[in-house]
Amino acid sequence: MSESAILNLVSQRGPNTNTAPVAPLLDADRKPLTKKEVSADHPTWCPGCGDFAVLALYFKLIERRKMHHEKITTVAGIGCSSRFPYFVQAHGAHFIHGRALPFASGVSLSRPDLHVCVFGGDGDAFSIGGNHFTHTARKNIKLTYVVMDNSVYGLTKNQTSPTSPIGFKSKTDIWGSKDRPINPIKQAIAAGATFVARTSATNPNHVLAMMEAAMDHDGFSFIQCLSECVEFYPGAFDAATPRKGGVFNEVPKDHDVSDEYAAYKLADTAWPGLFGVYYKTQRPTKNANEQAIIQDLQGKTAGLEPWQILKKNFDRMK
Amino acid sequence: MASLARLAGRSEQEVMTFMTIPSTISGGPSIFQVRIGSGEVLSAGDQADMLLAFYDHSYKAHLSSLKPGGIVIYDADHLKAEDIPAENLGKYRHVGVAISSLTVEAIGGTGRDKGKNVFALGLLAKMFDLNVPKLTKLLTERFAGKDPKVAETALNAFNAGYNYQLATAPELFQFNPGENVGLSQVVMSGNEALAYGLIAAGVRFGAGYPITPWSDIMELLRRELPKYGGMFQQCEDEIASISMAIGASWGGRVAVTGSSGPGISLKTEALGWAVMAEMPLIVVDVQRGGPSTGMPTNIEQSDLNIACFGGHGDSPRVVIGTSSVEDCFYSAIEAVNIARKYSTPVVLLTDQGIATRIEAFKEPDLQKVMQDISPDLTPVTDHKPYDLSAPDGITRHLAPGTRIASGKYPVVTGLEHDELGHPTGSPKLHVQMVAKRRNKLKKLASELPVPTVYGPAEGQILLVSWGSAKGPVQEAVKVARAAGHAISSVHVKYVHPLPPGLEDIFAGFRHVFVVELNDEGFAGIGQMGALIRSHIPDAKIRGITKTDGLTWKVQEIIDRALQMAK
Repeated sequence: MSESAILNLVSQRGPNTNTAPVAPLLDADRKPLTKKEVSADHPTWCPGCGDFAVLALYFKLIERRKMHHEKITTVAGIGCSSRFPYFVQAHGAHFIHGRALPFASGVSLSRPDLHVCVFGGDGDAFSIGGNHFTHTARKNIKLTYVVMDNSVYGLTKNQTSPTSPIGFKSKTDIWGSKDRPINPIKQAIAAGATFVARTSATNPNHVLAMMEAAMDHDGFSFIQCLSECVEFYPGAFDAATPRKGGVFNEVPKDHDVSDEYAAYKLADTAWPGLFGVYYKTQRPTKNANEQAIIQDLQGKTAGLEPWQILKKNFDRMK
Repeated sequence: MASLARLAGRSEQEVMTFMTIPSTISGGPSIFQVRIGSGEVLSAGDQADMLLAFYDHSYKAHLSSLKPGGIVIYDADHLKAEDIPAENLGKYRHVGVAISSLTVEAIGGTGRDKGKNVFALGLLAKMFDLNVPKLTKLLTERFAGKDPKVAETALNAFNAGYNYQLATAPELFQFNPGENVGLSQVVMSGNEALAYGLIAAGVRFGAGYPITPWSDIMELLRRELPKYGGMFQQCEDEIASISMAIGASWGGRVAVTGSSGPGISLKTEALGWAVMAEMPLIVVDVQRGGPSTGMPTNIEQSDLNIACFGGHGDSPRVVIGTSSVEDCFYSAIEAVNIARKYSTPVVLLTDQGIATRIEAFKEPDLQKVMQDISPDLTPVTDHKPYDLSAPDGITRHLAPGTRIASGKYPVVTGLEHDELGHPTGSPKLHVQMVAKRRNKLKKLASELPVPTVYGPAEGQILLVSWGSAKGPVQEAVKVARAAGHAISSVHVKYVHPLPPGLEDIFAGFRHVFVVELNDEGFAGIGQMGALIRSHIPDAKIRGITKTDGLTWKVQEIIDRALQMAK
């Protein structure tokens, strides 16, 4: 075996890319993206689905934040809401069921220049992906996670979800669900999330405010967004929708968002609960911690080419 | 004993070690085999020239691995001369040394267990006339960074062993000068070589979960990657680790995940996604005994099927087997380049035997092999990741952050998709995309080198090896040919897809036996045998398999091949 057997290093760019030179664009010359520029496929959601509002507000966020096309990075798992990346005209990834968070973590950690937004549903987040939710939160990986919670499995047509309430009748609980549902806010706080908010797709201004706050947060930002499934769980969130006779109660103005116990207690407020930022704290992100390790070790090998660093190791193995 | 291997490496000799560690947290016998030779060392050896037994139980358990007339040095503090059966005394030469008490005498009552090894190393240094200045330098380096007293104690133990007068001393042995004169050699384990190979290939991100015997690679990358601006993440589980690695690959630079046995099973769904999305990825599988938890510290080559076919649907991917420690280093680089060129996951199949054994090999020209594969984010005019009209039929992705002037951005997905990655239910597109994923790897297959035959191109028996069976099989060919048998061998490095030319090679032989460490299954042929048979349906291709969790013995291969060819 020798070096001659190694295939030559190949270029990243293949014939499937038109690499004709592109005129440089100065940031100042770039206008905010319009909804038309940033929307791609027509959503496959049912008419009336709460997810339409979340998508529209993501477009609004992109416009408001003057985000550049190429920097928008949208990741999702599997479920109705997880079709999200196809509807956004930007770099997107539609990964496997429940694993959007570790995938997005790989992007976030290796590409500090990008802010990754992850969208998914309650089954993706709290059932099949429950383990990843806990660990992404505790490691405080810098990304924004919006869970569009409809409390039912919609894509597979009406089975009980981890947030379905006791008594909910589905194809897998024809006598009504008996299992205590997950409280996503308590789950997030207990797992160590550093930004925890709750909103509802029926209140667009509030959704946008939560998204903006999440984007500004340096760390793992989690938003539970109630989003009605009109097909399999119609009226699920009427109690939180004023025009349907419900009440949209916000988190009290005097709530101390840095008080973990107070936040946890608020999360136990009787249905339909409260909306707003429950918890927010500043803790070093995994991203920052890793960069600190890199800086420390690179300080010790300053001025060396990568091959020289490796050579030092090999010299010790003689 | 690793010091012995390192010494041999520095002395331009060939060396191979083989470590056996029980899969218990503490207790149970640990065995460390060292084979040193002035010529080519291809396997760990069938029979030992010398056994060093520290305990009664190790004496009893391993005496049979000594060749008749071989020397056994035993610790007379643990095994009494009168307890040695007379038949043993006639068969082997026994040398009793009170290793434990002499070590205590030399270095005092502390650190006895470690001291014993070093004392014994001194004994061996004397018997084999090893290079003492080199050995003492190695010992000093070994304990560098610790309390200087530790190194001093080690040297005292070494000198006590070296100066011990072997009363019943057998003759002194002497190695012929090594053949690798003038070459600078490095000495490391297969797992180390593989991890350093990944670094040399330009990999800067990895993710994994602890499992034996993969963990060493993970630990090394965790420790080393930050020096190069990279990182390795220990994840909450196997699925998270492959998912994170795929995410980083999409981020623009091919990343690595890996595991052993059960962990590979868990990764298969995500691996299927990487096939579907055509994402470059390196998956290292350090094979161990299976199925299920199996035999975690034993050797088997029974993951070939899952590596090639694991997962649902038609999901072609590349599988490469590693055959030696040196091969681990270069195979890692090759895997990265194949993953990038063909935009595909590549499974690197190594095994417990190669993972932990230590070999000396020629120091690579690091300046030449070190690659820079940083993401290219230069803006482009237009881009279709799954372009069906691309002349080479191969997908290449643009990393997020790359501006596409046309304003049309791609999606990477596990759903069947169109050229931009958007989902489609079109039967026609599915047919085209399935073919696209298959054909790009057929193109790779056509570009692979034709394997070379070890020995004459015509004869009675052709032994086929893959992975770690290469060394023992080639040694079997050498031994059998010396005894007058018309046996040759061919090593298949690229397991999936297979390289061209095998059928022509097989035509030169009456029998073709695929030698591998797994079960013969319902069809009476091992996993690689069955794979080869699916390409070349010839009844003369048969399998030589075994599942005892140990490496091949040379004589075992020869006996079985000759028996089957009768």
